[in-house]
Amino acid sequence: MVEYRIDRRSGVATYLQIVQQTKQALRMGLLEPGDRLPTAREVVESTAINPNTVLKAYRELEREGLVEARRGLGTFVRATLGTGPADSPLRGELTDWARRARAAGLDREDVSALFTSVLKEHFEGDDA
Amino acid sequence: MTRDGIALEADLLGKTYGGRSRGWALRGCGFALPAGRVCALVGPNGAGKSTLLALAAGLLRPTEGTIQAPPREHLAYVAQDKPLHPRLSVADTLRMGRELNPGRWDETAAQRVMADELDPHTLVRDLSGGQRTRVALALALGKRAELLLLDEPMADLDPLARHQLMGLLMADAAEHGTTVVLSSHILTELEGACDHLLLLHGGKIRLDGAVDDLLAAHTLLRGPVADLAPHTVVESRTTGRQLTALIRHEGPIEGPWDTQEPSLEDLLLAHLRTTPEGVPA
Repeated sequence: MVEYRIDRRSGVATYLQIVQQTKQALRMGLLEPGDRLPTAREVVESTAINPNTVLKAYRELEREGLVEARRGLGTFVRATLGTGPADSPLRGELTDWARRARAAGLDREDVSALFTSVLKEHFEGDDA
Repeated sequence: MTRDGIALEADLLGKTYGGRSRGWALRGCGFALPAGRVCALVGPNGAGKSTLLALAAGLLRPTEGTIQAPPREHLAYVAQDKPLHPRLSVADTLRMGRELNPGRWDETAAQRVMADELDPHTLVRDLSGGQRTRVALALALGKRAELLLLDEPMADLDPLARHQLMGLLMADAAEHGTTVVLSSHILTELEGACDHLLLLHGGKIRLDGAVDDLLAAHTLLRGPVADLAPHTVVESRTTGRQLTALIRHEGPIEGPWDTQEPSLEDLLLAHLRTTPEGVPA
């Protein structure tokens, strides 16, 4: 079971915090297929957030195929989330790119800003 | 009675205390609050929040217009000063709740609010403000009402009790679909808990709608000074060559501006800083 922690000052929409924390728990193996997510009642009683926010987050997770709602029983994990194998070609290319960026004199913040702006350009509109 | 799916509805609602010449506490208010929403009723002191709640509870009669709420046995109202009988003990107060609501009373819900925090033999007059709030909320939740009207419910509570009781209110809404209206002049108390907003200012409704819709309809923008038409400018400020504005957008925003969805606080402050006539103060 996961417990959600809502940070009201983060600037990230509350339902997205629940989506992200659930995904994080899936990546870390804290949640596995078959596990039940807390009920909306359980989440709102401990976090004092609006019930619809929890339902919105669960709908989003369901839309992404990560969980499924079973009527009268609760919401259950369907799939795991991998971070991708450490030796995947994409990671290799990114490592090369980071090495070149550093060689070109960019510091950590420059690289991070560049990466974020490219991310933004390519994933605009994908909230989670 | 209210329409299907609507928990509380007002039409051209107005209230004046002691004659029309003395000024209006509320005037021309119209809204329809869908059932199952948790609504923040916000506005500065004197905006008319308590008047609106007392009208909804049926304790005041409108001077003009109408307000439609569920019948009294299906609504619970907790006034700002939490009126309870001072000479009753906590246990007797709760027993009175049980006896006045035969067939409906939910002892579990009431006890969950009490949370073993109070000695049942204590007299109400010896309770602190926060403890009175707890008893008043226990009565309200024990009543299993369809509509909860809570006037500044969190004002006397310490942060821990506030979080706990807000959590219980939300749990009640999650489990029973209760419609909740909470008034406050402190927005941070309500942000996150509410999915609907009614903003009162100077006796008039300035904003009414689902929080997500209201936020999505507005944009915070920053950039060079320029004409913002056709968008509706809620508030704008110019510093040197830079313009900062909160607008209600009409169609896409085209221009060299940095745009951002406002926070609920941005939205409320911008609307409150303008006078009720909609002219920047």
